[in-house]
Amino acid sequence: MKRTASLIALAALPLGVLAVFFVLPVTGMLGRGLWPDGAFDPGALVEVLMRPRVGRVVWFTVWTSTAATVIAVLLGLPAAYALHRLDFPLRNAVRAALLVPFVLPTVVVGVAFRQLLRDSGPLGFLGLDGTPLAILAGLVFFNVAVVIRTVGAAWEGLDRRPAEAAAALGATPRQVFTTVTLPALRPAIVSSASVVFLFCATAFGVILVLGGVRYASVETEIYLLTTVLYDLQGAAALSIVQLVAVVALLAVAARVRRVADPTLQRSAPRPVRPRRSDLPQLTATGVLLLLLAAPIAALVVQSVRVDGSWSLLNYRNLTTTGDDQVLLVPVTTALRNSLQTAADATWIALLLGLLVAVVLTRRSRSATERRVRGLLDGFFMLPLGVSAVTLGFGFLVTLGREPLDLRTWPLLVPIAQALVALPLVVRTLVPVLAGIDDRQRQAAASLGAGALRTALTVDVPIVARPVVAAAGFAFAVSLGEFGATSFLARADHPTVPVVIFRLLGRPGEGNYGMALAASVVLAATTALVILAVERLRVPALGAW
Amino acid sequence: MLSLDDVSISYDRVPAVIGASLQVRDGSVVAVLGPSGCGKSTLLRAVAGLERPTSGAIRWDGADLGGVPTHKRGFALMFQDGQLFSHLTVARNVGYALRLRRVRDLDERVESLLALVGLQGYGGRLPGTLSGGERQRVALARSLAAEPRLLLLDEPLSALDAGLRERLAGDLHDILRRAGTTTLVVTHDQEEAFALADFLVVMREGRIVQQGDIADVWARPADAETALFLGYARVLEGQPARRVLSAAGRTGEAVALRRSALTVTLPSSAPGAPLPALAGTVRSVRATPDAVRVVVDVPGIGEVDALASPAARAAVGDEVGLDVDASRLAPLSQG
Repeated sequence: MKRTASLIALAALPLGVLAVFFVLPVTGMLGRGLWPDGAFDPGALVEVLMRPRVGRVVWFTVWTSTAATVIAVLLGLPAAYALHRLDFPLRNAVRAALLVPFVLPTVVVGVAFRQLLRDSGPLGFLGLDGTPLAILAGLVFFNVAVVIRTVGAAWEGLDRRPAEAAAALGATPRQVFTTVTLPALRPAIVSSASVVFLFCATAFGVILVLGGVRYASVETEIYLLTTVLYDLQGAAALSIVQLVAVVALLAVAARVRRVADPTLQRSAPRPVRPRRSDLPQLTATGVLLLLLAAPIAALVVQSVRVDGSWSLLNYRNLTTTGDDQVLLVPVTTALRNSLQTAADATWIALLLGLLVAVVLTRRSRSATERRVRGLLDGFFMLPLGVSAVTLGFGFLVTLGREPLDLRTWPLLVPIAQALVALPLVVRTLVPVLAGIDDRQRQAAASLGAGALRTALTVDVPIVARPVVAAAGFAFAVSLGEFGATSFLARADHPTVPVVIFRLLGRPGEGNYGMALAASVVLAATTALVILAVERLRVPALGAW
Repeated sequence: MLSLDDVSISYDRVPAVIGASLQVRDGSVVAVLGPSGCGKSTLLRAVAGLERPTSGAIRWDGADLGGVPTHKRGFALMFQDGQLFSHLTVARNVGYALRLRRVRDLDERVESLLALVGLQGYGGRLPGTLSGGERQRVALARSLAAEPRLLLLDEPLSALDAGLRERLAGDLHDILRRAGTTTLVVTHDQEEAFALADFLVVMREGRIVQQGDIADVWARPADAETALFLGYARVLEGQPARRVLSAAGRTGEAVALRRSALTVTLPSSAPGAPLPALAGTVRSVRATPDAVRVVVDVPGIGEVDALASPAARAAVGDEVGLDVDASRLAPLSQG
C-alpha cells in the first residue's frame, strides 16, 4: 500500500502537468472535430476521411515514411557496425558528427536541402527541388542517427562468441551475419525502424519547407487545415487518425521489444582494428558522412554569399528586422528568446523526465503495480505520437480562453516544448536507471543507508552524466521545436525557427539571406550543445 | 595432425602466449591445463583462427594455417557456456553446420547426433528451456555435426555444477573416443583434464612448462608450482624432502606430496610391531566424506598433510605415526 502511495506521489506532478498541458489540449482539439456543434457527430469524421485529398495525404505520409525508414536502416546499419564495432582514428568525431542531424531544427534542415537542391544550387542539375525525393532525403537525413545509435548500441554489446561459434562450424562471414548476427540485432533494428517511422510520419518542418502545398503529409495537412482553411473538423479527424496509428505503432514496437530474447548474452567486447573485409562498411560510413554534410555545407556557403561575392552581410542583417520590416523584432532578439525558452523547457523536461524515469524503473512487487507502471509508461510516451501541431493548436483552443487563459504566460511555450522533448529525456534515463542492479541499493540499505543516502551512493553517481546528456538533448530539441511553437509563440516574442519560417515566406533576397544566416546560427548552437553531450559518452537516444 | 611451432600471441604488446610448441596427433585428445589467465584460451582461439599469432606458425598436416579464415579451417570450437544460438531450436542448432553444407538426410543425422549425446527427442526445444548440462550436450552435438578435423573445447564442463561435471566428463570421454575425433581441450580443472585427455600440456604465465602422457605428467611434475597446480598438497625441499624420500625408500632433493602420500597409522599395542616411518603431533583435523584430513607437525620436517581413517580418531595434540606411500609422491628434479 505504502509503495503504491509513494508511486502515485512521485507520478503526481508529471501526471498533473500532462493532464493539463497535454490531455486537455489534445482532447479539446479532438472534441472540436467530433462534437462540431456541441453534438456528437461521427458522420462528419467519416465525411472528412472520405475526401480524396485526405486519402492522398495519408498515402503520401505512409509511403514516404516507409521508404525513408527503409533507406535510413540500410544506410545506418553499416555505419552502426563501423562506429560501434571497429576502432579507428577519428571514430568518436565521426560518431558525434553523425548524431548532429538528429537534433538540427527541422526548419534549418528544410532550408539546407532547398539550398542544396534548388535550380541554382550545387545539386540543382538533379532537378529534385520540390519533388518527393527531396522530402525523402530530408527525412532520411534526420533519422539515420536513430538507427546508428539504437542498432549500434545493441551491436556494441553483442557477444562475439556466438558468431565465432558459427564461423568455427564453417559459416562464411556472410552466413554468420544472416544466421547469427542479424537475428540478434533484429529487436534493435525493428525498434529503431518503428521509431524512425514514427518520426517520419509526424515530421513537420522539413515537409512544410520542402513540400510546400503540393506535397502534404498528415502533419502538414493538419497545419494547413487549421491555420489556412480553418477547417477544424478536418484537422481533428486527421489528428485522430494520426493518434490511433501512432498508438498502434507504439504498441507493436513495445511488443517486438518484449519478444526480444532476454537470455541474449551481453558483454562489451573491445572494438577491433578494421580489417580489409571491413572496407565496404567503412566506405559506406564515409559516403553517409558526405551525404549528411552536403546540405549543411551548401547552407553555410550560401549564407556568406551575397550577390555573387563573399560577404557577412546576411549575418550583419540579423540585428535588423529584414526587408520591408517583415519581422517585429530582430533575429538576435529571437535568438535570445530561443535560448531563454529552451533553458526553461530543459528544466521542465528534466524535472518531469526524472520523476517519470524513477517511477518507471522502480521494481514492481505486485502484478497491480506492474500493470500501473505499464500504463504510465505508455501514457508518458504519448507526446511522442501526438503531432506537435495538434498539441500547439490544442493549447490555443483550450488554454487560450476562459477559464484558463494562459496565452501570455511566459512558461506556456517552454511547457509545450518540454512535452515534445519528454519522451527523449525519459528514454535516455530509463535504461540507465533500469540498468542499476537493485541489489546495489539493497546492499547500501543493509549497511545502514537511508533512502536518500542510498540514492546518493548508488543512483546519483551513475545517473549524473545521463542527466546532463538528457538536458542537452532537451535543450537542442527545444531550440529547434517548430510545430507547437509556431502556434504558441506570440508575434512580438518569436523563437528563431519561427523567424526563419517567416523570413522564408517573404520575397526578397535579403530576407532569404537572413533566413540562411539565422539557420546557420541556430544549427551551430544545437550542434555545439549536442557535441558537448556526446563528450559525456552516454549511450544517447536511449532504448526505444 | 595439428602442430604449433613456437607460437607467440600478444594483445597490445602484452604477451599472452610465449613460444608455445605442441602437437595433437590424429585421433588423440590433448588437454592444455593451466590456471585462469595463463593464455590457454588465447592459444585455443589462435588455433580456431580467431586470434592472429604475433609470431610462429600453426600447421595442419604441415600446411600453414596463417591465412586461412576460421570458417575454412574445419575446426569446430565449443565454448565454455555452449553459445547455442538462442533463437534456433535444438535441432536447428545441431543441424547448423549441416544446413550450411546443404546435407541431404539432415533430420536423421541430427537425430542420431542427439542420440549420441543422449538427448533423443529434444530436437523441438529451445535452448532457453534446457539445463546447463543439456546445453553443453547440444553444443557438443552441434560441434560434432560439423565433422571437424579437430574439435576445440574451451572449458567444456566448467560452467556445470560438480555432480553433473563428473557424469558429463565420463560421457564426453566416451563420445570423443567413439567418434574418434581429434580434440584439443583447454581447462583449468585438473580433474576435467584427467577425465578427458590422454596427453597433457601444462601452461603457466603464457608458457608451456610441461607436456607428456597424462600419467607421466601426473607422476612426475616438472617443478614445484606445476606439482601444486596438479593437486599435490605440499612440496618439500632439502633436509625434510630427503627424510620423507628415504622413508619411502627413494632419494632426491625435493618432493611433491599428495595428501594421500602420508597416512596416520593406528596405534598398535602389539609388541614388536614395526615403528612407523615418521611421527609427529596432530595440529588440525578436518573431516571430509571420504577421509579425515589432518595436518601433522613432524620434528625436522615441519607441517605435512596426511589422511587418517575415521577409525583412527585422531585429535589435535595427539602423537601419531605416519606411513609413507611411495606411489603417491613425486620426486622433483629441482626445488
